Amino acid sequence: MTSRPVAPAHGAVGAAGGVHGEQAAGGQGFSATLQRVRDGARFCGLFARVPRPSDTAQLLALVSDGGELFVEEIEVPAVDGRYTSLTPAVPAAGWYERRIRDLFGIEPVGHPRLDPLVFPVPPEGRPPLGAEGDPTVEMAPDPAPLPSHVQGEGVFTIPYGPVRSGVFEAVEYLVETSGEDIPHLRARIFYKHRGVEAHFCGLGVDDGALLAERVEGVASVAHASAFCAAVEQLGGVAVPFQSQLVRVVHAELERVANHLDSIVRHTEAAGQAVAYALFSHHKERVQRLRTRLCGSRFGRGVVVPGGVSGPLGLPPAEVLGTVGGLRRAVGRDVRLLMDTPSFVDRLRGTGVVSHDDARAFAVVGPVGRASGQDEDVRRSRPYGGYARLGHRVAERREGGDALVRQQVRIYEIAEAFHLMRQALDMLDELGEPTSWRAEVPKVSGRAIGWAEAPQGELLSLVEAEDGRLTHVTVRSASFHNLAAYPSAFPKDIFTDVAFIEASFGLSIAGASC
Amino acid sequence: MPWVPRGLREGVVTTPYPRRPDGYGPGFFGHVDVRHQEAVHPEAVHPGGDDPRALADAAAACPTGAIALEGQGDRVALDRGRCILCGRCVVRAPATFRADPGFETAAFGRRALVVPAGPATEEDDAAVAEARASLARRVRGLRRSVHVRHVDAGSDGSEEWEVAALTNPVYDVQRLGIFFTASPKHADLLLVTGAGSAGMEGPLRQTYELMPGPKVVVAVGADAASGGMLADGYATRGGVGRIVPVDVFVPGSPPSPFGILHGILAAVGILGSRRHDGAEDQAARTRR
Repeated sequence: MTSRPVAPAHGAVGAAGGVHGEQAAGGQGFSATLQRVRDGARFCGLFARVPRPSDTAQLLALVSDGGELFVEEIEVPAVDGRYTSLTPAVPAAGWYERRIRDLFGIEPVGHPRLDPLVFPVPPEGRPPLGAEGDPTVEMAPDPAPLPSHVQGEGVFTIPYGPVRSGVFEAVEYLVETSGEDIPHLRARIFYKHRGVEAHFCGLGVDDGALLAERVEGVASVAHASAFCAAVEQLGGVAVPFQSQLVRVVHAELERVANHLDSIVRHTEAAGQAVAYALFSHHKERVQRLRTRLCGSRFGRGVVVPGGVSGPLGLPPAEVLGTVGGLRRAVGRDVRLLMDTPSFVDRLRGTGVVSHDDARAFAVVGPVGRASGQDEDVRRSRPYGGYARLGHRVAERREGGDALVRQQVRIYEIAEAFHLMRQALDMLDELGEPTSWRAEVPKVSGRAIGWAEAPQGELLSLVEAEDGRLTHVTVRSASFHNLAAYPSAFPKDIFTDVAFIEASFGLSIAGASC
Repeated sequence: MPWVPRGLREGVVTTPYPRRPDGYGPGFFGHVDVRHQEAVHPEAVHPGGDDPRALADAAAACPTGAIALEGQGDRVALDRGRCILCGRCVVRAPATFRADPGFETAAFGRRALVVPAGPATEEDDAAVAEARASLARRVRGLRRSVHVRHVDAGSDGSEEWEVAALTNPVYDVQRLGIFFTASPKHADLLLVTGAGSAGMEGPLRQTYELMPGPKVVVAVGADAASGGMLADGYATRGGVGRIVPVDVFVPGSPPSPFGILHGILAAVGILGSRRHDGAEDQAARTRR
């Protein structure tokens, strides 16, 4: 069971692993959410929507606690709506509130620093997703940086980006510095804002899955899985078990490719030429295996509402052999890499995200797991095939620096091979199902789907009416984690930036969508 | 130095392409081909051809509106610049649409991505000839060494992986005299990915203007060609061709590293943009 429709009624309903809905009494703040976060729950996100035609906007705050997802909903006027900001008590909400202000024009009262996020300047006119429809937002970038965070003699701001040296996604880092150390760094992501959320409206669910893949291209399988999980929940669709296993194989290969990409970028930054060549070759082998399994190097078109588009392109036993060879080759080179002092020394103590910061920003994924935030939704809210696979308990890791993040990824690569092996064994045993894809009826309602993307927990809020999407918000782990990114820099210097960036492994496309 | 033997252990992993075809090519979904409609459809419906209803169904199912119905609904034109290779048309009208393997899909100019090519007027022919002649003049001096600047103008992130893959030992484009450069002022060729986000319009234009002449622009991916699934939004420009003049388009969502390499080689005149027999290609002759 991957997701449940959010109950519109008051009070918490549902069983373990489900989603609980509740509506705030006062309507102007998230009292239940605040209480839950104070009691130790993890803040997962803040979503907004304005149903058209309507003059009220709905805000949904999500928290995760003990394997359950709680949703609190408040309503504010769609035009000039205001509510009490969560950010002073829940720093993790900071970026969500900035995004919602830019896109919907709803104001969080008491936000400590409401800089524009998806637009270069504070938006004027009609916000693109607000009540009045067609946007009049001027997107001309403003090269002038906003006021700096750090004040003092000799402190200046270096803009780095959006066109950077090397092949990178477009993002601008404003480095506030007095010369060598980095007391503060700001990421400006508006350059890549593509307005994806608006494009979902009116699509059918099959097209919706294709668009979901393009929110964050390097995590296409995870995005399609989370989106389809929500759709399948709305339609009460039982996905064939073999299809769930095929999704697991593709999702884990995607994880291996992403983690190898992170290692490649580390070796490149450290100038380890041989290691760079070896690991980029390993990553290429993974991408080629994915091509042989589905015709796409990114698993595009595999995950569809109701199941998968077809079987693996190779017999499970043959995949198992190839995967086994990959596992041995990667393992061998990883051991040597982590025994190379000139590499490990660059990572140790670099880009530390303290436990307090990780908790305050509710950091997810490998970055969170390196700083004591253990949650992995494959285990805590198991979805699809993961519910039937054996997961090894991860060793608890704490240091929070780039080295520990790397160790977490190395562990996850091994674990991904372990999960793939189980899924492939089962596929081999079970043979083909009667159909790889269950029928999906014309769905209506609202549901939340999730997946553990390589970058961390991924949420997809889907609303549909008679088979057409009326609203979709995709919350990638990259967006969620990017808010914690600046907290990794204060003890470091310029030459560490490349390592910190590689060790966060975030996709700007997913963050700025 | 344990890395030295480790590095040697793998042997040579570099592709023989473009000197010889690469074995990986046939496994890749390159593009959708429209099969000889003239022969299949002498009349509206032909035995063995697709029913006009199937064609209409395929056109309606296309997520990016890449298929246009023509004539009495018995003929189609496919815009590969919009195609994201979902394969739906291939399932719905198999006699007309075919998934073609291979990766040599780059094309000169936006119009060349529309298949089958419509009846060209003389002005069209003249314009295409002029554009190609202009490109040939510009790249004459570049053949043995091309410096490439990449700019992301609103991609989904996958294109960057594929562009970056060109420097891994499998593709190893340095062997072909292709180098990535940090400064646009050192660049001969601009590689643009993404749908043309409004925020990148200024930086992209600035990068293009900073490049010294002669300069060449290659648009990478369906998003860069047309905006793909993100065309016509409040934040995208429907392809980078509306921001900078593009010489060569590489379709695909995303294109493979081979496809991007083919686009670069085609742009600088090392290869023709048409599909060609790998063994016979010009590159073998132009190599040192």
